[in-house]
Amino acid sequence: MVHTPEQLAFVRTETLPAQAPPATAAGPVHWLRANLFSSIPQGIMTLIALYLIYSFLVAVIPWFANGVWDATSIRDCREQLDGARGGCFAVLSERWPQLLFGNYPSEHYGRATLAFVLLFVALAPLLFSELPRKMLWFTGLFPFLAYWLIWGGSIWVPVLALLGVVLGFVVYQLLADRSFFGAIIAGVAASMLFWVYLVGPLDSALSAIANISLDKVESREIGGFMINFILGISSMALALPLGIALALGRQSDLPIIKTICVVFIEFIRGVPLITLLFVASVMLAYFLPPGSNFDLILRVIIMITLFAAAYMAEAIRGGLAALPRGQYEAGASIGLDYWQSMRLIILPQALKISIPSIVNIALSLFKDTTLVSIISMFDVLGMIGGPILSSTAWFGVYWELYIAAAAMFFVFCYGISQYSQYLERKLATDRR
Amino acid sequence: MSLATDPPSQSFRLSMLLNDTRYRGYTFQVIALLALVALFTWLISNAITNLAALGQDIDFGFLGQPAGYDINQQLIPFVSTNTHMRAAIVGVLNTLLVAILGCILATIVGVVVGVLRLSSNWLVAKIMSIYVEIFRNVPVLIWILIVFNVMANALPSPRAFRGDDPDASMLFNAFAFTNRGVYVPKPVWLDGSSIVVGVFIASIIAIFALRRYARHLLYSQGRELPVLPLSLALFFLPTLAAFFAMGQPISLDYPALKGFNFQGGLQIRGSFLALWLALSLYTGAFIAENVRGAILSVSKGQSEAAASLGLRPGRIMSLVVLPQALRVMIPPNISQYLNLTKNSSLAAAVGYMDITGTLGGITLNQTGRSFEAILLLMGFYLAISLAISGIMNLYNNSVKLKER
Repeated sequence: MVHTPEQLAFVRTETLPAQAPPATAAGPVHWLRANLFSSIPQGIMTLIALYLIYSFLVAVIPWFANGVWDATSIRDCREQLDGARGGCFAVLSERWPQLLFGNYPSEHYGRATLAFVLLFVALAPLLFSELPRKMLWFTGLFPFLAYWLIWGGSIWVPVLALLGVVLGFVVYQLLADRSFFGAIIAGVAASMLFWVYLVGPLDSALSAIANISLDKVESREIGGFMINFILGISSMALALPLGIALALGRQSDLPIIKTICVVFIEFIRGVPLITLLFVASVMLAYFLPPGSNFDLILRVIIMITLFAAAYMAEAIRGGLAALPRGQYEAGASIGLDYWQSMRLIILPQALKISIPSIVNIALSLFKDTTLVSIISMFDVLGMIGGPILSSTAWFGVYWELYIAAAAMFFVFCYGISQYSQYLERKLATDRR
Repeated sequence: MSLATDPPSQSFRLSMLLNDTRYRGYTFQVIALLALVALFTWLISNAITNLAALGQDIDFGFLGQPAGYDINQQLIPFVSTNTHMRAAIVGVLNTLLVAILGCILATIVGVVVGVLRLSSNWLVAKIMSIYVEIFRNVPVLIWILIVFNVMANALPSPRAFRGDDPDASMLFNAFAFTNRGVYVPKPVWLDGSSIVVGVFIASIIAIFALRRYARHLLYSQGRELPVLPLSLALFFLPTLAAFFAMGQPISLDYPALKGFNFQGGLQIRGSFLALWLALSLYTGAFIAENVRGAILSVSKGQSEAAASLGLRPGRIMSLVVLPQALRVMIPPNISQYLNLTKNSSLAAAVGYMDITGTLGGITLNQTGRSFEAILLLMGFYLAISLAISGIMNLYNNSVKLKER
């Protein structure tokens, strides 16, 4: 039987629009079923997790909401709370400068803050390669500027120290054509000689002509979060070149050099940082020439630098080992000597591979700077445990203080770790 | 670095020490060695001059003198008239105790968190990643101090347990959480208890033998034994039988409130608990990341293959994925165990008497022998680090993929 169009009651001429998916296959309900209640055990786990979150929030929210931000002592705080549960955050608002700067003279907080802000300007070109390379000049100047801002004293000391570096660099440039290694040694020696023999006399001579100076601040007055930053940043900057040298030494064919590096690295990695800090606080003074008086901060920086350098060397060794053998052979085949091939071919690639682990070391180093509170330096934990918690006004306000310190570290360390992941993504492009 | 491609030279000239790559390596090494010897000579001569000026010498004799201080947690008996040497050993044992227990707890925390962080449950995975990020990004010293302050300040004092209507009460009448530590029942060993313990150890060995035999039976004949019920029976029955046969030689000494403090039972000090929990939770977060990375490194085809064989998700994890992930996670975990052991030296911050607290703390301060004490301290940590990495490397070699 053939149907003519007239016999058919209805013919659809256009396609139907797609129907919305059923409620259980899309939208929030689907998401809930897929991610939270996919099976009975999963559902139970979700409920347990929800209960834990609920009890955490019930405990914490009133504590923050009732928090007292304006009080002069813990008794005042308790009177204001009047039996209610709440944090006494007034200790933070009152002792905030102490947490940041320790016993730094309060009229000079501006100097320390300026050094802290400039630190980020100096770090920016190192962290982000998109920024103009000319900013690196400021990065080079920053250590001297920061020293002058924080410790004060005559401006000529950091200027002359900088001159010593420039002198060393000039010597290196003059000799670099003949032998890279010899030029490095000669440059360092020139700087050292300049610092040891010329800085003192030149400083007094120049100060007599033009006395530009800031008020001097003693090292023992420096404390709080500031000291964690000083120790972390300066040790890291010093440990990187030392770590590269140790890693190269450990990979070298020369047995004596290799043994020295291996023994050093394994020794440092085998002992806890706290014993090295004990060495800095009680033992290092014995090993220095009689009569010399090294600052405690300097001694601690030396020991933390040695500590970080050993770990750094292992990270860089990983990078060196990851390079294919062909890269070394390629360098040799075009007639480069050891230092040339290291400088131009091997190290740029090896350092790039080891950047994530170097950043991790920087992170743990920054956290480890809190250990100096155990050798009675007043870093942020030392300030909390010492002057603040033992004062009659704030005896017993430990929660607020430790959580604040933890939050400060979290902000910076989480930032560093996120940066490290960004760097990994950025550098992973050529190694798919 | 010497290259073997240089043409052979006829006679040796002094300038070849610097210019000939065959000899230059030796020149550098000799220079480096001389520089090192010179540095050490300088440091040591400084030390000798300084010590002589102070009228001190290097002498380990102080280890034989009476210590004169008490140690609040002792695994071997110690009184203040014992020597500094014995105090150091008590400290060593305390360090080892917290390090070993810490490694065990950190591993448990790390594996659980690492697995849960990959859970398909969004909420659980998020909570675990928040835990990992918070613990990894805050210094361990702050965690130790926070946990210690919870122990010391947030828990009730023993006085709160007194009276007819006390503010605090004991858990199951056996556990008391106080600001002086946690009191738990202490086992009392009477005559014959050694036999019960012996039977218990024998039954543990028997369980392992049973599992081996069951696997052998499964592989050779395809027969499956009910391993779990048999193991449970082996675990409980012989020991219970021996326990009652010997006339119940093991009993528990419950802590009880006497006067203003608890008597009896075992007192676990707040300082120990703070150190143990904080180190475990901190290191556990790092181990969790290692575990997660290792699990992700097992290719998805492995778990899909296991699923296609009909294994349940739990068994896929325990039989297929975790054994393969184990190989990947062992080397990074070794360094985490080392870190935990070295971080246990932070005991000084909460007054836990480990080796840093006894030898590097009170002994050092009392005798003034900083040189000797710090050298011994470093030697101990070095030895322990080398031992741990040696043992763990042996284990690593035994489980790693045998490439042929």
